[in-house]
Amino acid sequence: MDSNHFITNLIPVRFLCRCGLPCRWGSMIALVFLAGCDDSWNNPHGEDLGSGAVLYASFSDRPQFMDPARSYTSTAYGFIQQIYEPPLAYHYLKRPYELIPLSTARMPEVRFLDEWGDELPPGVPVEAVAYTEYLIDIKPGILYQPHPALARREDGGYRYHDLTEADLESVNVLLDFPHTGSRELVAEDFVYQIKRLADPRRHCPIAGIVAEYIEGFAEFQAHVQNTENVPMDLRGLSMSGVESLSRYRYRVRLKGTYPQFIYWLAMPFFAPMPWEADVFHEQPGMAQRNLTLHWYPIGTGPFMLTENNPNLRMVLERNPNFRGEPYPSEGEPGDAEEGFLDDQRRTMPFVDRAVFSLEKENIPRWSKFLQGYYDLSGIGSDSFDQAIEYGGGGEVGLTDEMEEKGIALRTAVDLTVFYMGFNMLDPVVGGYGERSRLLRRAISIAVDYEEHVSIFSNGRGIPGQGPLPPQIFGVREGEAGINPYVYRWEGGRAVRRGIEEARELMRRAGYQNGIDQETGKPLVLYFEAVGAGPDAKASLNWLRKQFAKLDIQLVIRATDYNRFRAKMRKGTGQIFQWGWHADYPDPENFLFLLYGPNAQVDTNGPNSANYKNPEYDALFSQMKNIPNGERRQQIIDEMLDILRRDAPWAWGFHPVNYILSHQWVHNDKPTTMSYNTLKYRRIDTESRAAKIREWNRPTVWPVWAGLGALALLILPALVGFLRRERERGR
Amino acid sequence: MIAYIIRRALYAIPILIGVNLLTFMLFFVVNSPEEVARLHLGDKYTTQEQVEAWKQEHGYDKPLLYNPEAGGLEQLTDTIFYTKSVRLFVFDFGNSDSGRNIGHDIRQRMWPSLAIAVPSLLLGLLLNATLALMLAFFRATYLDVGGVVLCVVLMSISSLFYIIGGQYLVGKLLQLVPISGYDTGFEAVKFLILPVIIGVIYGIGSGTRWYRTLFLEEISKDYVRTARAKGLSEQWVLFRHVLRNALIPILTGVVVILPLLFMGSLITESFFGIPGLGSYTIDAIQRQDFSIVRAMVFLGTVLYILGLLLTDISYTLADPRIRLR
Repeated sequence: MDSNHFITNLIPVRFLCRCGLPCRWGSMIALVFLAGCDDSWNNPHGEDLGSGAVLYASFSDRPQFMDPARSYTSTAYGFIQQIYEPPLAYHYLKRPYELIPLSTARMPEVRFLDEWGDELPPGVPVEAVAYTEYLIDIKPGILYQPHPALARREDGGYRYHDLTEADLESVNVLLDFPHTGSRELVAEDFVYQIKRLADPRRHCPIAGIVAEYIEGFAEFQAHVQNTENVPMDLRGLSMSGVESLSRYRYRVRLKGTYPQFIYWLAMPFFAPMPWEADVFHEQPGMAQRNLTLHWYPIGTGPFMLTENNPNLRMVLERNPNFRGEPYPSEGEPGDAEEGFLDDQRRTMPFVDRAVFSLEKENIPRWSKFLQGYYDLSGIGSDSFDQAIEYGGGGEVGLTDEMEEKGIALRTAVDLTVFYMGFNMLDPVVGGYGERSRLLRRAISIAVDYEEHVSIFSNGRGIPGQGPLPPQIFGVREGEAGINPYVYRWEGGRAVRRGIEEARELMRRAGYQNGIDQETGKPLVLYFEAVGAGPDAKASLNWLRKQFAKLDIQLVIRATDYNRFRAKMRKGTGQIFQWGWHADYPDPENFLFLLYGPNAQVDTNGPNSANYKNPEYDALFSQMKNIPNGERRQQIIDEMLDILRRDAPWAWGFHPVNYILSHQWVHNDKPTTMSYNTLKYRRIDTESRAAKIREWNRPTVWPVWAGLGALALLILPALVGFLRRERERGR
Repeated sequence: MIAYIIRRALYAIPILIGVNLLTFMLFFVVNSPEEVARLHLGDKYTTQEQVEAWKQEHGYDKPLLYNPEAGGLEQLTDTIFYTKSVRLFVFDFGNSDSGRNIGHDIRQRMWPSLAIAVPSLLLGLLLNATLALMLAFFRATYLDVGGVVLCVVLMSISSLFYIIGGQYLVGKLLQLVPISGYDTGFEAVKFLILPVIIGVIYGIGSGTRWYRTLFLEEISKDYVRTARAKGLSEQWVLFRHVLRNALIPILTGVVVILPLLFMGSLITESFFGIPGLGSYTIDAIQRQDFSIVRAMVFLGTVLYILGLLLTDISYTLADPRIRLR
């Protein structure tokens, strides 16, 4: 709202009726306090919250890169997945997660080829497959957001592709370019983006793994690396495994088979990029003004970034060229009752704008959420008790205060595992003999992750039974799904085995009462800790106590993350904690964390425990190439049995996300796999405006009371001063 | 005075080189260029080739301080230290390790920092001087003792308490201003009220006590006794004589911090969501962005040296007996 409008129309009525001050004073104070807001003085958004479908949220870490070839953090994905559209996406409502077409017309057609490029019949053995081809058809008629890179002159040439320093003199942000343009998305844009992934100058974080699979990718990388003056516009170079077949069809050819590639197609790495964007942003003078693709994404999605100030605020606005998408009409059981299907088949997006404000600290973020100025919020540990209470049966619920405000709680298990790993190269805790195996199992029992989750995560976690988090294929429910070496099934639930059993394992391992029976010396183990500040201290003390249950002395070797990683790469650590968040919801993405050829010491791979079990590795090779089904489940069962027996990790826990949303927020189903959720959200703005008005009535009298008290304090001093002056005058 | 200023400017060069060297060594004792590269590239699938490419592109593929393989002067110049440092002396900060132009970022972020720091300083100065004068006037009375005790109490409380308490009381309970946030132009005023008030209150304890000491020292001098003997009112003595003379150390104390004002305050900016320079360095340290760290340390050093120089100059302006040679 315009500030003058506010001052002339609202202050005399609303302000004076509360404080009863003369109009002139009231107006002056209000002018200072409230320039530019509505009748809620503490409104931080500086705009009328009742007009327009706007979603307000916060973010705590600034996104560093928004170029989809480089970006690989959840913070950045929260923004760019509203803007860029990869070929596929995850269904918003269905669980387990299911891939659906996004910018493609249908799911990719997969063909298996022999070494001569001839198509093989379905069901051939994996070994016979030399190449796998993905034929991808995109939807015709998709348009890019308005962008100066696509603006054209009357003669058809690009308006801003040959800028001089003089042209850029008055340009500081992208909005300073007066003209914008658009064009239709074509298959070549997807091909172009894959070439960008291979360009070493882009520093694509997944280039290493993609090079193992896409034919010609590694050669393309080497060519760009070894050739001087390769232009950033890569259209002139070709990659043998990626080709545009027509305006709307392209193919990607993989070496051998890699069924998980389909999941990569749902990541922003594979979203289309118009070559014009590179030509535009790579012009001299653009980088000096921070006008780069890292800061100004260009996509076909429902939103576009119109304000990019990651130190303050990021604003996404509806892309006027977006084609519109229907809201899903089916979900999982219970979704209809929760209201998640109320908007089925309605055209998305529902909000016109989303304003994300930087909030580095939990306290102001939480307070503003309670005032209604943020529509959604997580729960920090310091506000947990204010928001959540547990029932007698351990069920999670909201406190009365939250219930009164009509706040809703949604929970979702994160596809993440936080584990405690044993370095299998270590002579004490590592190795594959019975002694070290029993020791690891004893420790796995002693380290009570139920207690850890309760103390350090306010109960927001599920202790792991293996590396796979719930909702991933391969996880079995009930008794069949527990780790029998650490838990037993009692009364319909998994119960951690007692410490006496762990001590018995220690005795069998030759460490009775924490004494090494071979040397007669106390067993001392070393834990590689990242940071040892006040926050970590409590957790590390707790860990020491867990080991002390077995009379093991745990020595904490605190270090910073860099040195920790160096130790892991060299294999010099002994026991450590680490985590993994899924790239895609397939068991392969977790089970490969213990695959021998991925050992960190050998290949700098993700197998940080350096676990190598030929039997497990053979099963992994089978499992990763077959589709979900009974056969795959059997193999996974066998793999999990091996892992639980060998215990290269204490299986840690899987965090559970708690999300709070106000009563005016609709379609807020939590998802931990996809980030393109903004288009599904709907806001009842009238309800929000009314509630915010109700919850945010300024209280002025204490200010006047305080000033009065101050005056009373000063008055005796003033009287004393005058008296002294009079006395001196005499 | 010109010669003095030139001499001080020349003294600054070895200081800046030393500070830069120290920053460089401290940073790379903790982080190797390899680790910096890995942090920027991510943990999951980074290959050694990618690490090497990143180092090469960002100039971290050279030896740190000494290049034994180069010849002549290049043994010192073909190093990370030299290539990353030399441009600083012409205030060309270059790009951050994430590709942002540092000079552009500093220019953009200094204004919100100044928007808090300048009013906090001026209001604080005015309020502290007033209170200190009052305490000096009522010296050795219940008001003076009470005031000093209150100052000690105010000094003893953490700034974090003022911030959280202020946000709770004014923003949450009374709902008079936004708890945090920022905007540009006149819209920024409502966001600045609370941090400025808190900044002023936080400074009352130490400021008032210090100024009171200065005033009391002046009050005990002979010229004050003479002024009183002439029959001047206490009001006149205080404002005309004591305040004027005590202002010299006050102003010189203020001048020294003037250039540093725009470096901002980490905690205040972080809690109030002010997009200033206060959090810029800390964010850079957390992200291990050496380019920003060295630029900000260099800038801080330059400003500190400038502040000291301005202090010296202000002495000559405030006290005609002082001459700079």
